[in-house]
Amino acid sequence: MPLDNVVFWVFAPVSVASAIGMLVMRNAVHAALFLIVNFFTIAVMYLLLDAPFLFAVQIIVYAGAIMVLFLFVIMLLGIDRGDDVHEPLIGQRPLAVILAVGFVLEIGLALRAGIGFATRAPDGFDVVNQGGNAQALATVLFRDYFFPFEVTSVLLIIAAVAAMVLAQRKSRAITQAEIDEHRADLDALGHTNPGAPKPGAPLEAGGPR
Amino acid sequence: MVAESVGLVPDPNQAMQVLWLVPLLPLVGAVINLFVSKRLGKAAGWLAVVMMALSFAVAVLAVKGLLDAPEGERLFLKHLSDWISVGSLRVNFDLRLDALSATMILVVTGIGTLIHVYAIGYMDGDGRFGRFFAYLNLFVFFMLMLVLGANLLVLYLGWEGVGLCSYLLIGFWFDKTANANAAKKAFVTTRVGDTLMLVGLAVVVMKFGTLDYEVIFGAAGSTLTKSAATVISLLLFAGAVGKSAQLPLHVWLPDAMAGPTPVSALIHAATMVTAGVYLVVRMHPVFDLSPVALTVVTVTGLVTAIYAGTCALGQDDIKRVLAYSTISQLGFMFLAAGLKAYSAAIFFLVAHAFYKALMFLGAGSVMHGMHEETDLKVMGGLWRRMPYTAITFTLGALALSGVPPLAGFFAKDAVLEIAQSNSEWGYYFLGTLAAFISALYMGRLIFLAFYGTARSEAAEHAHESPPVMWIPLVLLAVGAVTVGALATHPEGLLATFLEPISGLVPEGSEGLSTPVFYVVALLVTFGGLGTAWFVYGSGRVDWLSLRVRLAPLHRLFANGWYIDEYYAALIVTPGKAIAAFTAYRIDVGFIDGIVNGIGSAFRRLAGVGRNIQTGFVRTYAAAVFVGAIAIVVYVGFRL
Amino acid sequence: MRTPIAYFVMLSGILFAIGSVGVLIRKSALLIFMSVELQLNAVNLALVAFSRMNGDLRGQVLAFFSMVVAAAEVVVGLAIIVSIYRRRATVNVDDARELRW
Repeated sequence: MPLDNVVFWVFAPVSVASAIGMLVMRNAVHAALFLIVNFFTIAVMYLLLDAPFLFAVQIIVYAGAIMVLFLFVIMLLGIDRGDDVHEPLIGQRPLAVILAVGFVLEIGLALRAGIGFATRAPDGFDVVNQGGNAQALATVLFRDYFFPFEVTSVLLIIAAVAAMVLAQRKSRAITQAEIDEHRADLDALGHTNPGAPKPGAPLEAGGPR
Repeated sequence: MVAESVGLVPDPNQAMQVLWLVPLLPLVGAVINLFVSKRLGKAAGWLAVVMMALSFAVAVLAVKGLLDAPEGERLFLKHLSDWISVGSLRVNFDLRLDALSATMILVVTGIGTLIHVYAIGYMDGDGRFGRFFAYLNLFVFFMLMLVLGANLLVLYLGWEGVGLCSYLLIGFWFDKTANANAAKKAFVTTRVGDTLMLVGLAVVVMKFGTLDYEVIFGAAGSTLTKSAATVISLLLFAGAVGKSAQLPLHVWLPDAMAGPTPVSALIHAATMVTAGVYLVVRMHPVFDLSPVALTVVTVTGLVTAIYAGTCALGQDDIKRVLAYSTISQLGFMFLAAGLKAYSAAIFFLVAHAFYKALMFLGAGSVMHGMHEETDLKVMGGLWRRMPYTAITFTLGALALSGVPPLAGFFAKDAVLEIAQSNSEWGYYFLGTLAAFISALYMGRLIFLAFYGTARSEAAEHAHESPPVMWIPLVLLAVGAVTVGALATHPEGLLATFLEPISGLVPEGSEGLSTPVFYVVALLVTFGGLGTAWFVYGSGRVDWLSLRVRLAPLHRLFANGWYIDEYYAALIVTPGKAIAAFTAYRIDVGFIDGIVNGIGSAFRRLAGVGRNIQTGFVRTYAAAVFVGAIAIVVYVGFRL
Repeated sequence: MRTPIAYFVMLSGILFAIGSVGVLIRKSALLIFMSVELQLNAVNLALVAFSRMNGDLRGQVLAFFSMVVAAAEVVVGLAIIVSIYRRRATVNVDDARELRW
């Protein structure tokens, strides 16, 4: 039995299973972990498809960076407690399942009509991967797609700045009126000298915690 | 006989140049009174009177200028402004002064002035005093436009205008529903005639291409076939039937007595109701071409005269007697017109204007003295308490009855003489019968109202009216007496004056010889008066029990032969039912239902539709996904 | 390689469908976001598969760019979710219902 077939038929079910697992988990952390498994299997698929560079990038970027980000946020906000089971929208679940099944059938039909289920990958990809996949990719990337590459780097910078701006906590100086209003609490916490208000103590204007 | 065409006045005098002042002055008075009457107070009335008097003065001077011109050249046309210019139809605001319109404007402004003076006293203390005079002046304006118009459309303008003012004035005390209803009835009934008249105007335009009198009169003989002339004449006569309250459109006039008495005098005795007669006389070149139409006119007038006379016998309300009397007298005028005795009809019109206005004003005076009482049964012996009123009223009554040498004698007998001298024996006999009935009811009226003994407290303590009211009465009585001088024998002043316009009086030479004719006439007059005296005045007959014994007949007369009831059942009730049906079932139910239904359908649709905006992100996501799949399917099938 | 390309694409389709179901069914914003990432990955897989089939590296380059953009998107998206959580103390998308009729 050819090796790639075996590999495929081992990892494909795992992929689907982990995806479904991500779907049904109540706990967000569990769901994230299943997604990571899924990403790993997809990385293996890349490998099967003669794209070793992408295999590496997938693991490093997706499983290693993006999912870690997800987990950070989940833990930070403490929202790992589960989703409710109750579905307020009538017919949403059946609709979703029907649509998904329909979609899969569609893809199957399209494939059968298009490339057919028997077509194998043609030989000769080694010629394309001359000098190794990374080198060949780099050639295409920095030669034919140089401009999109630069734009993408700008995009990343923008994303970083945006994240900083969005996650910022706004603060402002406390006003005398607010001090007077909350004098009792402030005194209890020891933030005031009796008889003299303490200026400049930042009071969070964010939402309730 | 078609009139010879009349030439234009060679040198129009100043008054003729400003002929437009004659209608304009009352209009100005009306407009002023409409806006500032509250502040003028009593002066509003005098303003109206002054406007009328000035208008009368200008009219007199203009007519004098007309008389100065040689006989065949008594026509003055004045172009005021262009009006309608559509296709080949040109209608302008033109005034026409000829013998006929001269007569009419003198009557309208002269008698109108006297009535305005009277009204100052009569309407004293009324809350809307100034408004009344505004309406009166407005009415006179429209009436003058009616008679001074040089084409049928200006006439129609005046025609509709006087209808409007009649409505406003009859319903002047509109807080009483009965008065408002009477006004409505008058307007709607005359509308029937007016609409037919408008159709007539359309036919005139169709045949002549214009509404101008000069063109029509000149071309009538050559343009119209007998049937066309009949159609036009009958349609125009329909308008006259409405306006002049002839059978079958007479029902509004007795009810119109709900208005103030000066209104009854001016509009429903002297001027507006005579517009129909004026129309027939004015359009006589067309009527002359249609023997059928003339017969219709004659018969209508005659039947109306007799019918209204009988009804007058059965009325107890002093004003209603006079109302039916007016209808009857108008019937006489149409009788004359139908016999082609147009100048006789006009003379009758003038005489009638004097004595009927006089009697109406006198009735108003009686009501004034009896505190608005109009029932003859509770009057009596008023001559002692109200001498001026009584004497002038009696003179008017005698004039109407045909006592020589008062005006009515000449008027009535001119008509009857023409009838019998042309061997129209049927018309003569029935006309004489109508004359007898006229004398009868007039005698009844004066004997019951003024003579005998007072039958109630109010009658015993009645008081005479103030001078501002009885002076016009006296002046009108003078007119009623002297107008006979214009008697309409072929050599009479008025006849010769009118001849170029109205044609020669059809003189026959058959029939009774003159002395016999006059004996018969006098017998009829004094016979009627004498009978009335015997039954009502002499005290020898208990006319109340007589009435009980003749109850069915009396009821028939009193209720106008139940014509009102027939109309109510045949026309009014179904009409109201149809109106209610269309108003409620069709308009409110169906049409509004559709409109509102469309609106509410959309609301319901929107109510359903807005549920798409659930606010849930996930439904929107589902929608996106569905759309995506649809596109894929579509593309897939295409390929 | 013996596995027909169509199988890879089919797998991609299945994963995409599962991701879509996740988007439609889950109520937590984070979990929806994770399902979207799954969808993106499925698409990347299809891209690489077709690239292999056509013997062209451009599919892989496109998948590469897709990953980069997905990363940027995750960054911004998570920042938004954090600030929403600060405002409302919940990330349940059903609670953000103001734009309803």
